[in-house]
Amino acid sequence: MSEQELLNELEHVILMGHINEEDEGLDGTMQGTPGTEELVKKALEEGIDPEKLLKTFGKAMEKVGEKFESGEFFLPDMMASGECVGNAMEIVEPKLAAGTSYEKGKFLIATVQGDLHDIGKNIVATMIKGAGYHVKDLGIDVPADNILEAIKEYEPNFVGLSALLTTTMTEMEQVVKRIREEGYSDIKIFIGGVPTSQEFADKIGADHHCKDAMEALNKLEKVRDAS
Amino acid sequence: MDFREGVVVNPYLRLNDEEINRIHKASMEILEDPGVLVFHEEAAKYFEEAGAEVTKVPEEGDKAWSVKIPETLLEKALKTAPKKVVLGARDPKNKLVLDGNKPRAYFGSGSETNYILEISMDTYVKKDDPETTAVFPTFKRKRGTLKDLCESARLGENFENLDFFIRNVNIQDPEITNENKDVNKFFACLDNMTKHVLAGITDVRQLDNVIKMAEIIAGGKEAVKENPVVSFISCVTKSPLQLTEESTTNLLEVNKRGFPIVISSSPQGGSTAPIDEIGIVSQINAEILSAVVLSQIANPGSPVIYGSVPVRARMDNLHDMYGAPEFSQYNMSCIQMARFYGLPCYSSAGVSDAKTPGIQASVEKMLSHLCVSQGGPHLLHYSFGLLEETQTFCPEQAVLDNAHIGMIKRVYREPNVTDESIEDNLKIIRKVMKSPYRIYAKYARKQLHKGDLYLEYSFESDREDMDETMAKAKEEKERILSLPVKRLPEDVRNKILEEIPGILEKLH
Ligand code: B12
Repeated sequence: MSEQELLNELEHVILMGHINEEDEGLDGTMQGTPGTEELVKKALEEGIDPEKLLKTFGKAMEKVGEKFESGEFFLPDMMASGECVGNAMEIVEPKLAAGTSYEKGKFLIATVQGDLHDIGKNIVATMIKGAGYHVKDLGIDVPADNILEAIKEYEPNFVGLSALLTTTMTEMEQVVKRIREEGYSDIKIFIGGVPTSQEFADKIGADHHCKDAMEALNKLEKVRDAS
Repeated sequence: MDFREGVVVNPYLRLNDEEINRIHKASMEILEDPGVLVFHEEAAKYFEEAGAEVTKVPEEGDKAWSVKIPETLLEKALKTAPKKVVLGARDPKNKLVLDGNKPRAYFGSGSETNYILEISMDTYVKKDDPETTAVFPTFKRKRGTLKDLCESARLGENFENLDFFIRNVNIQDPEITNENKDVNKFFACLDNMTKHVLAGITDVRQLDNVIKMAEIIAGGKEAVKENPVVSFISCVTKSPLQLTEESTTNLLEVNKRGFPIVISSSPQGGSTAPIDEIGIVSQINAEILSAVVLSQIANPGSPVIYGSVPVRARMDNLHDMYGAPEFSQYNMSCIQMARFYGLPCYSSAGVSDAKTPGIQASVEKMLSHLCVSQGGPHLLHYSFGLLEETQTFCPEQAVLDNAHIGMIKRVYREPNVTDESIEDNLKIIRKVMKSPYRIYAKYARKQLHKGDLYLEYSFESDREDMDETMAKAKEEKERILSLPVKRLPEDVRNKILEEIPGILEKLH
């Protein structure tokens, strides 16, 4: 297989959400054939430039996005492709020179204290990771102290907070307040969850409210373009 | 499969065996006392020769005979009445197989509505806030015409869930007369769709012309026996317990020609039948069986379909009422009676009492569609677009009904419990429990892309400030009507127009 053939094949398996050999892919027929993880490893072994792999990921995800918009793909498809790229990034990352232009940024995400809901947060985390961001997920029911500690240690560009209960929205407000109080004014804060809104984001000093993962991705790209 | 799949149901049994037997006995008693009133001399003779007790009823002039039918005649009739009836279609893939012992349900249109409801979507400005506008449907009733019937047939052709077609628009063009109505209505249907066409006959003298049309389409006298592209309905009884002259003639004439016919009866609980379920079901059962017996005496082996259309009367005006839960109960019980005799069953569901489409209409329709189809009838008529107690047909409502019936058909899919499916699912559960987010989404993809999943309500609205369902239904109707028409093949069409008299110029 030539380099170009390998990259084309890689793009194809990502589009098909074929994560690894064990995975069945988009239509349930791909089990046993090399998936994203295997092809990425092979590409690195063959000495293909990691940056080319990143470009391929980007191209594939762009197509996935188009297919989702047109109604051909559904959320499970998009998440599977996101998982492909997320897993692939973990393999490629150690091979990348630090500080290069592909660094999209670091995203810290958590469901705030008192709240156990995480389906939406996990979708958002999967998709952001799939778009090439570095994601650190603190999980559910995370106290403000832990979030602040993680910010200190991980130095994220973005913080995402999820709350599904009207009662934990106040906790969200507290977290945002603490982040700003501790002087992290550059961090862009994204919030989400059914009871929240852009109005609420404005009120508590968060930067962006997102109604779903697609909006989160779009807003993230806009923020990056602006900076 | 060389016939339409319909939906095979595992029937819900409203009546237990004992109850069925008791209703059967009650019907047998009704057939002996008071018996049925037959307004048809030849029919009375048939009954008499077969051994029924027949006496003239002087109060009815020379026109009526009281006929008391012993159970032995029914037993004999059930031996000759076919248990399986095949209804043909222009496209043989659209054939219907009605097997009295296998509950395969087909959904079809009906009945003959006088009115068509036209919808117009207009934009309105809010009086106290002219900035705010909204689009609302308004409705206008008009008399049905041939053009409407043609359009309705084209919709029916394209409704995935419509399995057979009963002319649902009463054609009232000024040129339509009693003599030319039959050929025009059958031609309008057959020239616009490839599914089975069923209708009543207006003038029995036109029967041979309609049958000739069917022969030309099927490819000859023999071919049409294999593939009867049309069949007939005759509402033989006028409840309570009267066999009328005209419809009895229709029954006998169709039987003579060997075409399938629905023997229907439509008593109203509370006006032309007891309001009690047990009463109306016993009566309608006796009514239908009396005509089945007649058909088998006169023409043994005639394909007949048990047509039960029991309705509830409305208590404020004694009109018929279809949204009443009793309507569904009556119909479900009748289906079980038909199955008890092994006869294919024609039943009814999906009519609304509402004058306009929308919430009441869809609720009433869904209720009877779901209940009655669960009983396992073969032909479920009335299912598309009927409003206002069957007086009005609304194409947009029919578009909605098509989607709703699709949901119902999906409910009846068999559960898939196999070693393989259990093994697959256990594997998935174990894998997901080991994964970081413990989410099953990616394992839904296989079914999703097989096209196996219900995705969303077909007319779902994205707006919070107004409902768009009707506007979307209208768009769908317009989309269907812009599709190419499935006309009869040119040579067949020409032959019909040449040989069958009376088809109006506007259909040529
Ligand atoms: C599933 C669910 C649960 C599950 C959670 C499972 C899990 N793993 O998360 C269980 C059963 C555990 C649960 C428990 C409870 N729940 Co609950 N739950 C829901 C439900 C039905 C769906 C939530 C969901 O997952 N939606 C699907 C995902 C895809 O959507 P999403 O979460 O909104 O996420 C999207 C966006 O909001 C956005 N987003 C979300 N987070 C983030 C974060 C960022 C950074 C960004 C950018 C975007 C973003 O993007 C996501 C992807 O599109 C909702 C009802 C509803 N309609 O929302 C109730 C609901 C949220 N629950 C409710 C309640 C009351 C409870 C309980 C208190 C019930 C009880 N009495 O025990 C407990 C609370 C437990 C706790 N302390 O948190 C109420 C909340 C009412 C309120 N007070 O606000 C709701 C609204 C139901 C209701 N109408 O009563 N629940």
